[in-house]
Amino acid sequence: MSDPDFRLPARPGVGFKPEHYREALTAPLGFYEVHAENYMGAGGAPHAMLERLHADHAISVHGVGLSIGGAGPLDPEHLKRLKILLDRHQPESFSEHLAWSSHGAAWLNDLLPLPYTDQSLATICAHIDEVQTTLGRRLLLENPATYVTFAESTWAEVDFLREITRRTGCGLLLDVNNVFVSATNHRKDARAYLAEFPLSAVGEIHLAGHESEDLPDGPLLIDSHSRPVADPVWALFADLITRTGPLPTLIEWDNDVPGFDVLLAEAARAETLLEGVRHAA
Amino acid sequence: MQPDQALMEARMQAALWHPETPEGLGQAEGLDRRFAVYRNNVQHGLTRALAARFPVIERLVGAEFFTAVARLFAAAHPPASPVLSDWGEGFPSFLRAFPPAAGLPYLPEVAQLEWLRGIAFHAADAPMADPAALGAVDPARLVLRLAPAVQAFASDHPAVSIWRMNQQGAPRSAPPKGPEFALIARDAGFALLTEPLAKDQHAILTALLQGQSFAQAAQTDPTPLLALLLRHRLIAQIEEQP
Amino acid sequence: MTTKTPILAASIAAALTLAAGAAQADDMAQERCYGVSLAGQNDCAAGPGTSCAGTSTIDYQGNAWTLVPAGTCATMELPADGMGHARMGVTAEMLDEGGYGPGINRDLPPTLDAEIAATYQPAMMMDEDMSHSG
Repeated sequence: MSDPDFRLPARPGVGFKPEHYREALTAPLGFYEVHAENYMGAGGAPHAMLERLHADHAISVHGVGLSIGGAGPLDPEHLKRLKILLDRHQPESFSEHLAWSSHGAAWLNDLLPLPYTDQSLATICAHIDEVQTTLGRRLLLENPATYVTFAESTWAEVDFLREITRRTGCGLLLDVNNVFVSATNHRKDARAYLAEFPLSAVGEIHLAGHESEDLPDGPLLIDSHSRPVADPVWALFADLITRTGPLPTLIEWDNDVPGFDVLLAEAARAETLLEGVRHAA
Repeated sequence: MQPDQALMEARMQAALWHPETPEGLGQAEGLDRRFAVYRNNVQHGLTRALAARFPVIERLVGAEFFTAVARLFAAAHPPASPVLSDWGEGFPSFLRAFPPAAGLPYLPEVAQLEWLRGIAFHAADAPMADPAALGAVDPARLVLRLAPAVQAFASDHPAVSIWRMNQQGAPRSAPPKGPEFALIARDAGFALLTEPLAKDQHAILTALLQGQSFAQAAQTDPTPLLALLLRHRLIAQIEEQP
Repeated sequence: MTTKTPILAASIAAALTLAAGAAQADDMAQERCYGVSLAGQNDCAAGPGTSCAGTSTIDYQGNAWTLVPAGTCATMELPADGMGHARMGVTAEMLDEGGYGPGINRDLPPTLDAEIAATYQPAMMMDEDMSHSG
């Protein structure tokens, strides 16, 4: 994907944690990703750190708060704060989730799933139009990790995402761990999902670790971002990039965050695979 | 009629705080456990966000008690915005009215101290005034504009000492008697400051923050406070009243 | 006010001298602390699984709210100056009085959303409700 709104290098990046700040300054990584909502204060260390990091690395701002998949209107106040953040730091990419997280006045602090229907499709496309117009840039929309489905859904998730990109012109953030978690949880085939995925719209890849519990009919995987990337997810990633070529690839680790060296080792593993397809191309 | 998507959201939202799994989900084995992942995410996420904002409260009461009270607070006062650092202002007063914490009268005050530290952490940046300008201004007409991060803290109990003793590696001893006061801010290197103040210095700081002139505010000798403000570069503007 | 001026001028001079010595030490501490715990409360990961940490069992039923603070407050006994004594148990009367008894809804402010008000009912806060055996 070559686009002025998506300028992350096709190299590994990691989710930035303030405790890694010093090491992160000089690390040989393509980019760092931060959660938009952690940088919406007026000033102080968060903005100072982000500015310093941005001097030598590309930055991806990843929103968790827009509730873009929600039925109700977007929160204009939050959209305004997002615009202030993006105008201030001019990141190389902005992404959000195919999910909702507020209903009425309360913020629910989770990425909740939505039914895939003609109605929800129209709503989310209107929301994405509004966001892209307000921000003056296109966004990447991320496929979710889900634990339930909806009786009323009439669209398959890949078709739903493809149609969103067609109607709004947005790009996609392909979270390979989410693909594996959702496919396993819904007793589907992750490879079949990826075979159908609209790869030409993908501007970034996410990799993360998950946890596993047991249900009577098989595993329940939980998108915990608390462990190394699982082997089946690496295998899906390796296979995927032979089809797409190298893409910006993020290692996400949000719970039980390890030392920076552990994140670098995960990033190095991704780099080896990216390097492989770079030479093949 | 409510649109289907909004109806489904309303059902799910209600179920996040109720034991029943909502209607309308696709059939699957272990549906209750599947939906419980979302319920757990919401409650755990909010609890941990509050613990990040009030770490000393968690240390003081222990993780189990903190989790319990945090869930009650989250249910009664959920975040109004997606920015979690804006959430928790009402936690000190919630603790004050929480009977199981009634035996710890200093708890709401320590929580207020932690809330103010968070305000200082995220406050706007400000350029530092040149201290030399102080010598050139008529003291009777001097007005000090402090950095946005500067806060005045007062407690009826030794909340500042208790907070300090609960920092990593801090020595533990019996806290002193009586009320305590502090200046809360952040320095030029972004370190958060919690500097104990004498009662009269707190009164001067409060007056300065209210916009009073230096002469009006300085009802007692302001040297200790002024030295603190200069040392940590907390004076944004030095002005002379007309 | 003008009679105070010389005192204020002396105070300013003293404060400048006091601060000059200390400022150099502060310079060396630049960037020493980034308030890690305050810096990143939002994330996009799931919490730990439905059956692990964060869901220790707590019984919120009426006067069975027997949980007492059990952290460092145990060693934070205040001096005997009438300023309170930590680690007291909680009686059913106290809970009732504070609105945490069986009739828990009654003390809620009238403006609270009914759904949120309902969450005050103790039964739903129980953790076994959150990890069904499936």
